[in-house]
Amino acid sequence: MAEPIDVDDNSFDEVVLKAETPVLVDFWAPWCGPCQMIAPLVKELASEYQDRVTFAKVNVDENPRSATKFGIRAIPTLLIFRDGQPVKQVVGFTPKGELKKQLDAVL
Amino acid sequence: MASYQVVIIGGGPAGLSAGLYASRSGLKCLLLERGMFGGQIVNARRVENYPGFPEGIPGWELGSLMHQQATRYGLESITAEVMALSAGPPYRVFTSQGTFEAQTIIIAAGSEPRKLGIPGEDRLLGHGVSYCATCDGFFFRDQEVAVVGGGDTALTDALELAQHARRVYVIHRRDQLRASQVLQERAFAQPKLEFIWDTVVEEIGGEELVSQLRLRHLKTGQLSTLKVSGIFVAIGLKPNGQRFATAVALNETGHIVTDELMATSAPGIFAAGDIRRNSARQAITAAGDGATAAISAFKYLFST
Repeated sequence: MAEPIDVDDNSFDEVVLKAETPVLVDFWAPWCGPCQMIAPLVKELASEYQDRVTFAKVNVDENPRSATKFGIRAIPTLLIFRDGQPVKQVVGFTPKGELKKQLDAVL
Repeated sequence: MASYQVVIIGGGPAGLSAGLYASRSGLKCLLLERGMFGGQIVNARRVENYPGFPEGIPGWELGSLMHQQATRYGLESITAEVMALSAGPPYRVFTSQGTFEAQTIIIAAGSEPRKLGIPGEDRLLGHGVSYCATCDGFFFRDQEVAVVGGGDTALTDALELAQHARRVYVIHRRDQLRASQVLQERAFAQPKLEFIWDTVVEEIGGEELVSQLRLRHLKTGQLSTLKVSGIFVAIGLKPNGQRFATAVALNETGHIVTDELMATSAPGIFAAGDIRRNSARQAITAAGDGATAAISAFKYLFST
């Protein structure tokens, strides 16, 4: 089962921006309730889309640079990157069906 | 079309408690939730007034435990948004995941933060516009932010934000606050808070992120600009009841009118939690409402 990759400020460019597949990045923090609720959905999607999309997560508490760089001002925020550029974003808890729609739109 | 003895609309403490009671009394029962199971308490960093957790418990954890417990006895729960109800009974519940038949319905759809309804608000959501200071305050360390509102939530948010931000403007449409005395005293004693009275926000500006607000002073009509990087809207909660207005009677604030057994104006439809008139809007009272509603639904099913 594919798990989202834990990305930090140092590995962000390598894992996310240079990736050949689209990457979904889950910006979260341990104190954020809705982040805990969306995490299992992201994990399920990571399995369902494992060959087509890379899944990553960034703890904004420990990695403020990546969050600031992309103007994150609320969590959970999911950003979908393609060719190093953010192409879609989802702010706040969002049901799985809607997340799939957003992913399918970039594939 | 799948048919149920009870369909519960909403998966917060009210709906989950109703589901627990209904399924344990052997009723065929479906719960519909459009977002997070647990509802609004998921946003609470720590719930310290729910009995049984003397050390307090993170809201998301309490919500998840309630969901786990409720689904242990045969309650089906799915993610679906309810769009309309037919006349009945039996009722048809039209949702984003199809139509279900229900002999009884428990409406526990809760409430959500009221919006300002001004330009920029939707566009900049998550980019400086927020309805949850405990969730998003973290991102405004050493910045200037505004809180709109004059009640308990507004002042609680402003005091929370003062822990992170350099300055917090509290913008209120009147010249005095509605908040409790204790909170007012704490707010006036906090030097980072600055009050802007008799004023409304007319527009939220900024390209990618919030950068300024356009304000109007209500008494003089004067317009001004306030530079902030965040705006927290705390002007109260709106019951999610409008969708049910044709099925059950609402009061002037849009809450569902019930009696003490949670019965609404429609036979076999009950309501519980925040959406109900005179709700105390606490997780514990919502849970109590849910249990009462389920017991009432059971009695209704077996006495008619």
